[in-house]
This record gives sequence, structure tokens and C-alpha cells, in this order.
Amino acid sequence: MTTVATAKNWDEFMEGIWKQNPVFVMVLGMCPTLAVTVSAINAISMGLATTFVLIASCGLVSMMRNITPKEVRIAVYIVIIATFVTAVDYAIQAISLTLYDALGAFIQLIVVNCIILGRAEAHAARNPPVAAMTNATGMGAGFTIGLLALGVVREILGNGTLFGLSLFGEGFQPWVIMVLPPGGFFVLGSWLLLFSWRARRKQALEATHHA
Amino acid sequence: MIRTLGLVSGICGLIIVGSYQGTYDAVAANKRIAMERAVFKVVPAARSIEEYYALEGGSIAKAGASAPAGAVKFFAGYDESGKLVGVAAEGGAKGYADTVRIMFGYDPACQCVKNIGVVSMRETPGIGDKILVDRDFLANFKELDAGLNAEMSALAHEIKTVKHGSKTDAWQVDAISGATITSRAVGKAINDTAQALLPKLVPNIDKIGSKS
Repeated sequence: MTTVATAKNWDEFMEGIWKQNPVFVMVLGMCPTLAVTVSAINAISMGLATTFVLIASCGLVSMMRNITPKEVRIAVYIVIIATFVTAVDYAIQAISLTLYDALGAFIQLIVVNCIILGRAEAHAARNPPVAAMTNATGMGAGFTIGLLALGVVREILGNGTLFGLSLFGEGFQPWVIMVLPPGGFFVLGSWLLLFSWRARRKQALEATHHA
Repeated sequence: MIRTLGLVSGICGLIIVGSYQGTYDAVAANKRIAMERAVFKVVPAARSIEEYYALEGGSIAKAGASAPAGAVKFFAGYDESGKLVGVAAEGGAKGYADTVRIMFGYDPACQCVKNIGVVSMRETPGIGDKILVDRDFLANFKELDAGLNAEMSALAHEIKTVKHGSKTDAWQVDAISGATITSRAVGKAINDTAQALLPKLVPNIDKIGSKS
């Protein structure tokens, strides 16, 4: 019984990281994905902030799922999500103002991040708290990994640094466009290309096996 | 439905108030540290700082909870012996993306602007934010002339940003090539604050000459 439960939880968790990765598979939450990934540290912070909001709001939504009337459920979700975003907003201000300035309006905009509302509606409202929060943790981790994948590439190419540490020394001419908005699209496009190439190759392999 | 909505709002209200209360001190401390760090950066000789208001009519008052109308806030920096070594003030002007807020140091001895630091900006990374690192640009603020005119009513020469490579006078700021708009915002921010602050401050500078 316990092994079954653990296995189910593990599937729940892994769904967000790999099979339904919010950035690379579902292509959700593109606004912060493109905007704040100019450095690895920004990407991680944004990912963690979103993860916290995801877990907390999915937990609360799930706990209240039996007493929430259908007609007002979206309003309830938004109020819950906005609450945790406000809490995160204060927490980041308390931790570091530099980070707060770097993330700017995108902390407040977590409220309208479709990953969170999507999870609340599609998963948390139909599952018990533990499953909902496990799934949310996986989704959050997947989102953080996605942001980090962009942030690392953009920071290395566009600034010659990783987590603020210089990698190449004085002679490096940074590829500035990579930290500008177009760079976000280039890097995201390349990652999506890699993922869809993998998916196609897998399909092709399966097709030949069956034949 | 009403019960559920009431419950949700109640829980959420508690969470928000809790996190506000819990982080209030840390946030206030962070803001003060950031401000002080900016002041010490532009007045490097200072060991301690005091916050003042330069008031309409030419008097100077210690900063309190609320600013009187027309007051210009500034920071006085003192060395170990409590002697005034410099003044720092904040200014802002529209840059390329948003308002560029800077802190600049004023040296009463040479009547010039020395050193600048950025308080907040959203300029394009790699282009506008060069104002922090570009050596030629920062060289403008080694001794930028901010002397007053004979009547002490305004600056003798307006501080102005000029196109890259065309600086001829000590009160001009040589722009960064490719980041002219941000450079211009820095010049304007300094000029606006200096025009408002210095005519009130300079005639009274002796009053804050040593730490009280």
C-alpha cells in the first residue's frame, strides 16, 4: 500500500519536472520566463518564488475544494494566489532589495502566471492536499529548472559570467543581445527545438520498433 | 457561498498582515542600508552620516518623520573627528526605460560634484547601465563644476550632458556613445537637484560644518 502511494506521489512529482514541464512542454508562464532570465540568480529566485506560491496556494485551494462553490471558484483561487504573492513580495524585499529591483514587477505578476491558476483549476481543486502539493512542488521545480536553463545560457553568453562570477576574463566580448529581450526568444527557441527534436526521435524509434 | 468567501478573505487577510508585520523591520533596515551604502559610496571620506532638510528660506533642519513643503533632503558626511567632508543628495530624471534615480556627492571645498551612484534604474542591461562602469563617463564626476553664481541663487553654469567627445567645460558631462539618453538623465538629475539644493545649502554650510 505504502509503496503504491509513494510511487503515485513520485509520478505526481515527476510530471511537472519532465513529462509536463511547464516551460518546455506546456509552454506556460512565458512572460517571466523571457523577462527575468537575464542571469542565473534571477532565474532561480523567480523560480523559487513561483514554486512557493504554487505549493502554498495549491495546498489551500485543495483544502477548501469541498466548500468552494463552483460559481465563485476562480475568484477564490485568485484571492488565495494573490495573498501568497503578497507574502513572497514582502519576503523578497526583506531578503534583498537588489534582487527585488532586478525582478521588478514580475513578482507581483506571479498572480496572473497561468501555471499557478492552471494547477489550481486542473489539479488542486480535484485532489487531496498532499497530492496537490506534491504535484505543485514538481511543477515548481520544473519551472525553476526551465528558468535556470535559460538564465545560465543567457548569462554566460550575454555577460560572460555565471552566478556573477566571471568565466572568461578580460578579453571576452559579451554577446549583449543575449541579455536583451531578443536573446530570451533565441535561447527559449533553441531549448524548445532540442525538446521537440528529442520527442520526434522517440516517436520515430517507437514507430520502427512496432513495424 | 458567502461563508466560503468570508472564510477565504479572513484566512488571506491574516496571512498578508502576518507577512507584512513579520518582514517590516527587515525591509526598513534593508532600505536604510541601501541608502547609506549609496551615501558612503559617493562621499568615500565619510565615517558617519546625518540626514538633513534644506528648507525654503535658507535654513537647515534635521530630518524628521515628515518632510516640510519645499524641503530638499540631503545627507551630510563626517569624518572621524566630526568634520564635514561632503554632502550627498538624490536626484532623478527620465531615462530610456524609466526614471533614473542617482545619488551624487558634493564637495563644499571645491564646489564640485564628486562621484555618483545609482539608487534605482531600469535601463537596458549592457547599454544604459554602462553609467555605472564606463571609465570615461565616471571620469566626468571626478570634479564636475557646480559653483554658484554671484547672487547664490542658482548654479553659475547649468550642468549639462553633451554629446560624446564634445566636452569643453568643467560643468559639462561627456555622454557615453550609444547611451546618450541615460547619460543625459544623469546630467539632468544632478542639475535639477543641485539647482534646488545648493542655493539653500551653500550659504548655510557652516551650520552643519561639524557633527552636532
